[in-house]
Parts: sequence; structure tokens; C-alpha cells
Amino acid sequence: MAPIPPRTLIAIPAWNEQESIHEVVDKVRNHQPGVDVLVVNDGSTDATAEHALDAGAIVVSLPFNVGVGGAMRTAFLYAKRHRYRALVQVDADGQHDPADLSDLITGLQDADIVVGTRFHENSMYFVGGPRKWAMVLLSKTLSKMNRGRISDPTSGFRSAGPRAIDLFSTNYPAEYLGDTVGSLSIAIRHGLTIHETPVTMYYRAIGRPSKNALWSALYLGRATLALIATVFAKSNAGKGDEA
Amino acid sequence: MTTNLIAVVASLAIFVFVFDLLRRGVLKEKYAVLWLIVAGVGFIFSIVPGALDWIGVRLGIGAPVNLLFFVMGVVLVLVSVQLSYELSRHEARIRRLAEEVALIRQNLQSSSKSAPLDQSADESEAHRGDE
Repeated sequence: MAPIPPRTLIAIPAWNEQESIHEVVDKVRNHQPGVDVLVVNDGSTDATAEHALDAGAIVVSLPFNVGVGGAMRTAFLYAKRHRYRALVQVDADGQHDPADLSDLITGLQDADIVVGTRFHENSMYFVGGPRKWAMVLLSKTLSKMNRGRISDPTSGFRSAGPRAIDLFSTNYPAEYLGDTVGSLSIAIRHGLTIHETPVTMYYRAIGRPSKNALWSALYLGRATLALIATVFAKSNAGKGDEA
Repeated sequence: MTTNLIAVVASLAIFVFVFDLLRRGVLKEKYAVLWLIVAGVGFIFSIVPGALDWIGVRLGIGAPVNLLFFVMGVVLVLVSVQLSYELSRHEARIRRLAEEVALIRQNLQSSSKSAPLDQSADESEAHRGDE
């Protein structure tokens, strides 16, 4: 008889992260010994997959790079097919603190999705300029849709419960910002509840803020377009149900 | 009359070329039909030069040639949009297949120790082909 699979999956989308992936997997396993760690190797050309396997992770390798959205949908498909009850997304570059994992997992008792927010009293995380305007715009719009505060909708440190796993395994946007903002919008429109919890952000990985004004303006533009597309998006899941 | 002759030859050449592609199975019908219509309409206007003037006058367009350019522009834009649509659809489908390939490969590698697959999960995804 097959063993009953553990109920929580830590999903780490990784694209050419051979320097950090082993350490990230180790840290996650140290903090949450009972959980399975899934590394979605998103078409890496380096030794990301080998390093992740060495660290004891389950590795799913995409044949080519599809972006974070596609990698996460793969993770949700895996979670659904293997009947996981919770999935936590963690970045492969080590910017997320595994100490926050327990908050994200326990938060699922009252919500379908828990987003780790980098904006709170003790946070070291600051943004400015057009990037900040974009984030404020995204946050205000989604908070209004959600009827509850989502202060950091672009955070990639978040958890999903069974209803969210069900939804995202068939309906997860792969467009720019779709994996973060778009997925939250879809969740809201499907009646899922979204909470947030403060998380720590390590500076090493975010020490590359876009100084370039043009790049920032581009970010604002793309974020706005992504938001508009998100708000007016037609649900794919609904289409599937009708078929 | 020489310009007419060129137009007749050109539209016939397009017609024969597209039909040959279709015949050899290189081009699918849904794309071929559009180009065959374009060639056909071009052929009609080139053997009946008065037709263009007649329509131009009805629509109140001074120079009938402008009508031709306008219609050609619209047709080309529509074809481009259709190609972008098909391309987007293919990208989505290829990405879907890539995800599936990755999961199947993982499942093969760990088939001895992995949990049984949830078959009901697969059925609900089958509808996603037309994303």
C-alpha cells in the first residue's frame, strides 16, 4: 500500500540558481522537517536540478524556461495530483526567511491564501519612485477587490490551502506579474479568502533595485497594464466548466 | 491595360502558389482559404477595372485606388491579428505540454516511491486545451 503523502508542500521555482538552491532547500527542511520540498527547475542551464536533488528536494524539470507563472502552475498541478493540502511558495535566491514558514502555514486555518508582506513596522524593505507608485496602485486595487488589506500583492512568499490549490492547478496566469497580482485577482473572483502576514526580506537578493528611471517607468507601465488585464480578465476555469 | 495584365498575372500567381501549398499539405485550409479569397477578389478587380471605380463612387471616395489600399491595409491587419492569436494559443499550449512533460518525467523517475496519481484531477484539466 502506498504511503499517505504529507500534506504540506514547499514549492521553489528556480531558474539558474545553483549557487543558492542547496542552502535554501536545507534551510526550509531544517525549519519544517515534516514537509516535502519541490523544486521546479524552470529550464535552468546550470546544475540547479542536481544541487536541489542533492539537498533532498523533489525536482520537476521543465524542458525550457516558462517563467515563474508556468513554474508555479506546474507546482500546483503536482500538489493537486499528489493530494497536498497546503502549498507554500518560496523564492530560490534565499531572500525569504524560512522562519516565516510556520506563520504562512498556520495562517491557512482561517484563509485560502496567505501572502507574506514585506511592508510592516519592523521591515527593512523599502521601495521608491515609480516602482512604489505601481505597488501602491496594485495594493489599493486588490485590497478593494478583496475587501481586506493586501499590502504587498507582488510578494512571492505566500501559501495556498486546498481550495486555492484546486483553483490554481487549472487556472494560473503565466503573464508578467500574473503569477503574483493576477493569481490573487483570480482567487478573489472565485471567492477565496486572502490574508496577509508580515515576513522578513533579506537584503542580499533585493540589493538590485532598479536605479534606472526608464526601467522604473517601464515597470509602472507594465504593472498597470497587467492590473487592467487582470481586473478585466475572463476566467479560464469557468470556460472549462462549461465545456 | 498593361497594369491590368500585371494585376491579373499577380493574382493568378498568388492563387496557384497558395493552392499548391494547400495541395501539398504545407498550408492548412483555414489559412489558405483567406489568401485564396484575397487572390480571388484581386483577380475580379483586375479583369473588371470598372468595378473598383463603381464601388469607389458609391462610397464617395475620390480616387478608387485609395479604396484598394485601404481594403488591403485592413485585410493585412486582420491577418496579422489572426496570426498573433494563433501564436498566443500555441504558446499557451506548448507551455502546458512542457509542464506536463516535466511532471511525467518526475513521475517516471520516482515511480517506485511516489504516491498514486489523482485521476480525477486529470479529467478536469482536459478542458484546458482551448485556453
